[in-house]
Amino acid sequence: MKVAVLKGGASLERQVSLRSGARIAEALRTSGHDVVEIDVDQGLVKNLRESQPDAAFVALHGRGGEDGTIQELLEIVGIPYTGCGVLSSTLTMDKSLTKLLLQKHGVPTPRFVSFGEAAFKSLGASDALDRIEELLGFPVVVKPARQGSALGVNFAADKSELPPAILSAFSYDESLLIEQFVKGREIAVSVLDGEALPAVEAIVRGGDFFDFESRYEIGNTDYVCPAEIETTIAQKLAAIAVETFQLLDCHGFARVDFIVPDDGEPQVLEVNSIPGLTQTSLMPMAAEAAGISFEELTQRLLATSQSRQPYPLG
Amino acid sequence: MDRKRSSKHDIERYARLFAERSEKVKTSAMRDMMSITDRPEVISLASGMPDTKSFPKDLLESVFVDMARHHSAELLQYTPTDGIIGVKRCIAEVMAAENISADVENILVTTGGQQAIDLITRVLVDPGDTIITEAPTYPGAVPSFLSFQAEAIQIDIDGEGIRVDLLEAELDRLDQAGITPKFIYTVPTFQNPAGVTMSLERRKRLVEIANERELLVLEDNPYGMLRYSGEPLPTLRELDGGNYVIYLGTFSKILAPGLRLGWIEGPSPVIEKCNIAKAAADLNSSGVAQYMIETYFQQADWRDWVKTASAIYKSRRDAMLAALERYFPPEASWTTPEGGLFIWATLPDHIDTTDLLTKALRSNVAFVPGAGAFLGSKPDPRGRNTMRLNFSGVPEDRITEGIRRIGEVVEEQLELWRTMTGEHRAVRTDAPADGSEESSVSFLAGRKMKRQAG
Repeated sequence: MKVAVLKGGASLERQVSLRSGARIAEALRTSGHDVVEIDVDQGLVKNLRESQPDAAFVALHGRGGEDGTIQELLEIVGIPYTGCGVLSSTLTMDKSLTKLLLQKHGVPTPRFVSFGEAAFKSLGASDALDRIEELLGFPVVVKPARQGSALGVNFAADKSELPPAILSAFSYDESLLIEQFVKGREIAVSVLDGEALPAVEAIVRGGDFFDFESRYEIGNTDYVCPAEIETTIAQKLAAIAVETFQLLDCHGFARVDFIVPDDGEPQVLEVNSIPGLTQTSLMPMAAEAAGISFEELTQRLLATSQSRQPYPLG
Repeated sequence: MDRKRSSKHDIERYARLFAERSEKVKTSAMRDMMSITDRPEVISLASGMPDTKSFPKDLLESVFVDMARHHSAELLQYTPTDGIIGVKRCIAEVMAAENISADVENILVTTGGQQAIDLITRVLVDPGDTIITEAPTYPGAVPSFLSFQAEAIQIDIDGEGIRVDLLEAELDRLDQAGITPKFIYTVPTFQNPAGVTMSLERRKRLVEIANERELLVLEDNPYGMLRYSGEPLPTLRELDGGNYVIYLGTFSKILAPGLRLGWIEGPSPVIEKCNIAKAAADLNSSGVAQYMIETYFQQADWRDWVKTASAIYKSRRDAMLAALERYFPPEASWTTPEGGLFIWATLPDHIDTTDLLTKALRSNVAFVPGAGAFLGSKPDPRGRNTMRLNFSGVPEDRITEGIRRIGEVVEEQLELWRTMTGEHRAVRTDAPADGSEESSVSFLAGRKMKRQAG
């Protein structure tokens, strides 16, 4: 099959995407596919028309790649592509929308409120900040609604720490959420073809726990796969992950990130429609634990491009 | 039950093999972010690039032709580790222009100034040894310091360079703890990143301190020749006479960074050790680059290009200063460098320049957030509200437009801050800044200097 691996782009996660893309391209070649690697830019549509691939493997992260933009474009040019479609990409990219939908269907997720930048600029939202303590209680985590990496994610221990955290989050998106901080183990469950893979636990051991950026530096976090959790919890996480996957209309694969309190229900934090596929990424780790090699994983991810319902164009 | 680490996965497998020193140097989302600053539509005030477009092409051509004719066999060959004698003479000539009489025996040619820093650190620093740098310091030196597991202590600088009073206090404290720092690293002239120049008084005192306490000073002087205003000051090396000051130089700014040629000049025992370390690192620096420099110095007066480049940079610096005055809010301050390539701007405390960069990138303009110039244990809050602005790599109209765009995103952040905190808009005043409030990391001193100059 002739496959175009779409990578790079101009999002803040460009580097991760380049690494994911390179690794995928290598694996696809090993499996005998004819691969073109495309660093996406203004020339993308022309590039795709020239190379005429049978499928596009979307190895982009963050804005433009994971938020429905490229999926929409691929629907229009008529090239089958891997993973989530337009609706689920748009939903999962936005943490607030995701959580609203989960709440509506009774899937546990930490309490939160969301704000648009316009509310602060023209509707006096600042005057409503005093409600945060009552609604959520401190500490809270302030996050840009649509930003894949840890940039702009800040912890606020009390009311005085809200303004800088809000300022930071709005640097990455015009919409943010303030979420109740839930203490617990951080566990990710990847879903492949509608089935949950073994859970991966991230254990922060170095750096500052509350500096979200430093946690993702190599050496500051250990990953344990399969996560050492009770079978009943593992089953529960798998069930919630699959339910979340379906609720958000995901296709093919996605990764559901949980926080699991010592006493209490696991809570869904967010869903990644295009989880990282680099050497340090969680989904390949989970697949390997399930006995799926990286080559096999990329093959199965590629196959998801052929099984999606077509976009209801006209 | 014991925790089992995944032993199958790639990263885990390799992670066990990495040396401790390689773990000290980390990747970060911020560094990844810098990779999107080199798109053509982005006005990048982030680089440290000298202008190479204006270099006379016919001269370059004739240098290449000449060296190929006369030195083809030698330039294709290995060269001595310490460098060819012809280049060492060129280096001595450049140093003479700085009033330093250097013995070619005490010069080691290196692969760029970067290797000079790396070699010195390699031969002087054992894991856990203490070194002293400025705060902020040249971010490019940090990976060398970290990879040799140095414990870096940073001493604040102000508009007159390193605060020698704080330095002495720190040295006393270290002395009491039985610690001798291996060296003091400084860029005294047109500092990277802050753009400030150490005053004559502090230069003299620093050299005295080094002699009194028998401490080595690394004087990194890539920009000294690029002066656009004010009077030249003696280098530390000149003041010291070569006892405790090791001089690091480079051809990157007086000729071209593409050659990757720099040098170390210092006491012969140090140079000998560095020579052995260099043999291990790369045997010798590029023979092509070395013969090119030798030929270039024969064909042309190297000062001509320095003059041409300085004129270009001066006008770019002035454009940036004018744009800052026009487009940056009254809450901001910045340094007024008399030379070099950089201006350092300080914003109100609550503006994090790493976050700001994301917004700026959306407006297609880039700068270097100041946080990388501070080495404290993470998260080091120092420098979070600072930025380094380069004016050498971009023409005047782009500089003005770039600063305008940054000013716009800063104003947006400030406006949002005001709505949340009820603070009022600051008003620019021409009254002298209140010296009593001078914070150590802010550059109010630089701001005052600017007013005097204006």
